[in-house]
Amino acid sequence: MTFEILAQAVINGILMGFVFALVAVGLSLILGVAQIINFAHGEFLMLGMYTAFWMWALFRLDPLVSLPISIGALGLLGVCVYKLITKRILDAPRLTQIFATFGLSIFLRSMAQFLWSPNSRMVQNSLVGDLRVALGKVYVGAPQLVAAAGAILAYGVIHWLVEKTEIGRAMMATAEDRDAASLMGINTEQMYTLAWAVGSACVGLAGGLLTTFYPVEPNIGLVFGTTASVVIALGGFGSIKGAFAAGIIVGLIQVVGGFLIGPAFKFAVVLVVYLLVVAIRPQGLLGKY
Amino acid sequence: MLPVAVAVIALVYPKVFRLPYPQHVGVLVCMNALMAVAWNITGGYTGQVALGNTVFFGIGAYTSSLLLRDFGVNPWIGMLAGMALSMIAAVVLGYTTFRLRGYYFTIACIALAEIVSAIVVNTRRLGGAVGVTVPIREASLINFQFHGTNKAPYYYTILTFLAIALLVVYKMERSKLGYYFRAIREDEDGARALGVNAAQYKLIAFMMSALFTSMAGTFYAQYVMFIDPMSVLAQPVSVSMCLMAVLGGLGTLWGPVLGALTLIGISEATRVTLGGTGQAVDLMLYGLLVMLFAVFQPKGLMGMFGRLKARKE
Repeated sequence: MTFEILAQAVINGILMGFVFALVAVGLSLILGVAQIINFAHGEFLMLGMYTAFWMWALFRLDPLVSLPISIGALGLLGVCVYKLITKRILDAPRLTQIFATFGLSIFLRSMAQFLWSPNSRMVQNSLVGDLRVALGKVYVGAPQLVAAAGAILAYGVIHWLVEKTEIGRAMMATAEDRDAASLMGINTEQMYTLAWAVGSACVGLAGGLLTTFYPVEPNIGLVFGTTASVVIALGGFGSIKGAFAAGIIVGLIQVVGGFLIGPAFKFAVVLVVYLLVVAIRPQGLLGKY
Repeated sequence: MLPVAVAVIALVYPKVFRLPYPQHVGVLVCMNALMAVAWNITGGYTGQVALGNTVFFGIGAYTSSLLLRDFGVNPWIGMLAGMALSMIAAVVLGYTTFRLRGYYFTIACIALAEIVSAIVVNTRRLGGAVGVTVPIREASLINFQFHGTNKAPYYYTILTFLAIALLVVYKMERSKLGYYFRAIREDEDGARALGVNAAQYKLIAFMMSALFTSMAGTFYAQYVMFIDPMSVLAQPVSVSMCLMAVLGGLGTLWGPVLGALTLIGISEATRVTLGGTGQAVDLMLYGLLVMLFAVFQPKGLMGMFGRLKARKE
């Protein structure tokens, strides 16, 4: 019996971990290329979720059907935030960068509360909402399964984009050394914009997928945002692979830790693991710097 | 000349404004200025972006309140106990995080603060999520409690704390310690190559910062008479003290005070005029201003004044 509960926890944890991983990959891409941690990344996710929710509430579009809309909307938001805000502080001290995005996160969170009230909202009867798959006595919810599949697919696409295409190599060159890349004829401005667009589109996708099984409220970004920062630090800054792997690990630790110590401590367990890891490897699991 | 004028204004302020609300704002400004001055020691002078100082604020608030509630210990002694505990916490936190650079360090600080908060929320002995109500004692300086609508005694208490902190930072700025701190900020590896024990001095900065933040924590508990994890052990507390230092001007003596004055001014003004509807318009405006400030005035208010001065000359 206990074994089955544990197996259930492990599966749920890994599936949730894929969503964390997707959110973190977006954040990692922005940090890796544009050299800035977007502390409003969790709020971006919240907006992605609200986009999917309102598409469902107003137009009866299932979150899975409206995925292109939430991906597009968030991609656009990322571009706007880069062009209007972060582009101006590329060379500013780290604290300035932290505060610009912190201010943005406070703004977006209160804006959501102002526009849509602090109530928690949930999409009902989504396409995959009530389905689940039985593996012996362990059940796997279809929404979680779809979300994990979407995350893996997105990671595959990003990995391909970064590793195999000309644009991806140009992006990595920009990440490595902006001035040198610029001298080699790479349009670094375009690369920064692209990183913000793709990084934010990741949370658009994650938001749409999450909405099928997770309620949305204005403060949701706090937990997801902090988790994403911890995930990319755990994985190592600049490593997209590290971010993805760390996301899955964090999902697993959260659920299993919550199961063993108590659900109230599930987030704290993740943080303790992070501190232990960086105590041994200050640059995270797969980090370059 | 300017410091004297500031001191005089600060001293007569509660004599001129006798209503509870302006006096309350005065208390808020001084308390937040104290926290920002404390944060500035690590964040501004030493360049370590620690976003977990709410831990020290919480330790200060909880230590004195719990000692008073459970053992009847005088809050002044509670405050000293809290300061001692905070310094110990700073040493522990310092040893676990100082090997980390940049964002790794910042995220580690956030993580540590969240862990402490989770522990307090889930420990009934510490009041849990409900919080701790500070027992009421007879109003007197000895009891660190002043009731009624006249908030001037609280104001002068916190003003004294702030003055002590400013004096310490002033002395530090001009001592060897200050030079070591700034050397670490500018180039940690370089400073170490020149024989500065970076780990040790970062620890000293962290402890000084913890000490004053903890003082502010005890003051908060005695002033509001109620504490809970949401108000004293939360990320926004860490962020706001740092924000004020940044807004005013990092690594300057008066920057944090100026920042506290501005930010409390903005937040109170927006709260009074736009708040109360429960629709977070005030916070929206606050977030927007913080963002705009970071983008257009990255050197803080002190930097702005510096530029104006330079232009005049």
